[in-house]
Amino acid sequence: MVGKNCFAIASDRRLGVQLQTIATDFKRIYKVHDRLFLGLSGLATDAQTLYQRLVFRHKLYQLREERDMKPETFANLVSAILYEKRFGPYFCQPVIAGLGDEDKPFICTMDSIGAKELAKDFVVAGTASESLYGACESMFKEGMEPEELFETVSQALLSSVDRDCLSGWGGHVYVV
Amino acid sequence: MVLDSHKLIAASGESGDRVQFTEYIQKNVALYQFRNGIPLTTAAAANFTRGELATALRKVSILNPYFVNILLAGYDKETGPSLYYIDYIATLHKVDKGAFGYGSYFSLSMMDRHYHSGMTVEEAIDLVDKCIMEIRSRLVVAPPNFVIKIVDKDGAREYAWRESVKDAAVASA
Repeated sequence: MVGKNCFAIASDRRLGVQLQTIATDFKRIYKVHDRLFLGLSGLATDAQTLYQRLVFRHKLYQLREERDMKPETFANLVSAILYEKRFGPYFCQPVIAGLGDEDKPFICTMDSIGAKELAKDFVVAGTASESLYGACESMFKEGMEPEELFETVSQALLSSVDRDCLSGWGGHVYVV
Repeated sequence: MVLDSHKLIAASGESGDRVQFTEYIQKNVALYQFRNGIPLTTAAAANFTRGELATALRKVSILNPYFVNILLAGYDKETGPSLYYIDYIATLHKVDKGAFGYGSYFSLSMMDRHYHSGMTVEEAIDLVDKCIMEIRSRLVVAPPNFVIKIVDKDGAREYAWRESVKDAAVASA
């Protein structure tokens, strides 16, 4: 979710295999660099593989260009990598959130074959995405400060995952 | 099976894949120690195992995994004991307690109830026995015999057997 010169990205903590919960402390959000975070929902193995490939590409970029990737560039990279596997896809939906030039927040989400969806206010992904759309739409306000943004994101996340049996067990929230 | 001096690997699944894959991991872990003079950490061995499973998963562009679920336990001098849950499609997660298969439905619940961090060996074996009792009474296809292996600062070794069906002694020729 986007705020005033800041963003928040949140996820639940459940790792499950269909109806059995394996762990309640699974981290789904990864830091690419200080101002760019990536959340990966969907199949855990593909999320881990995809994260490892993306971090590899970003580290190469850092070595070559001697700077961090812009969020827009990174989103294009993720989209390209996902579409490479068009006929044998990675079963995960990424959520990308970053601060661009002049602290302008950038958020986007993608489906599992890399179709980008940019938004100015919030993006959601996962099994509870329909719930999340509703909760975010009603709780979102323009230009929230970080503290208020944190509260809003947490409440939207918790109320949505409480209605989805495959999500839950708490949440991780990052505010940048 | 014993992966190296301070690591244990427990594998369940398709019998051919199970034996071949775990032996492959065991030999590669040994190779690393020969080449580099120091053993792999538990985290490194777990990530290597996950990498091999993940690579096999998408080779030839269709889903063709090794059907082996793995629990990898190890003791490192710097970080202490650790347990990794690696399922057959290469999901890796560091856990405090883990189980696979039909028995996991009962074992995980027992462990959720009785586990706390900082248990002694006696308490842990007690918990394992509780899980074994549950499996014996509740699982229709319960296996009769169990082996308990342990890994600590003194290494990886077999600790005890819990047998309910002893093999009949073979008559000498």
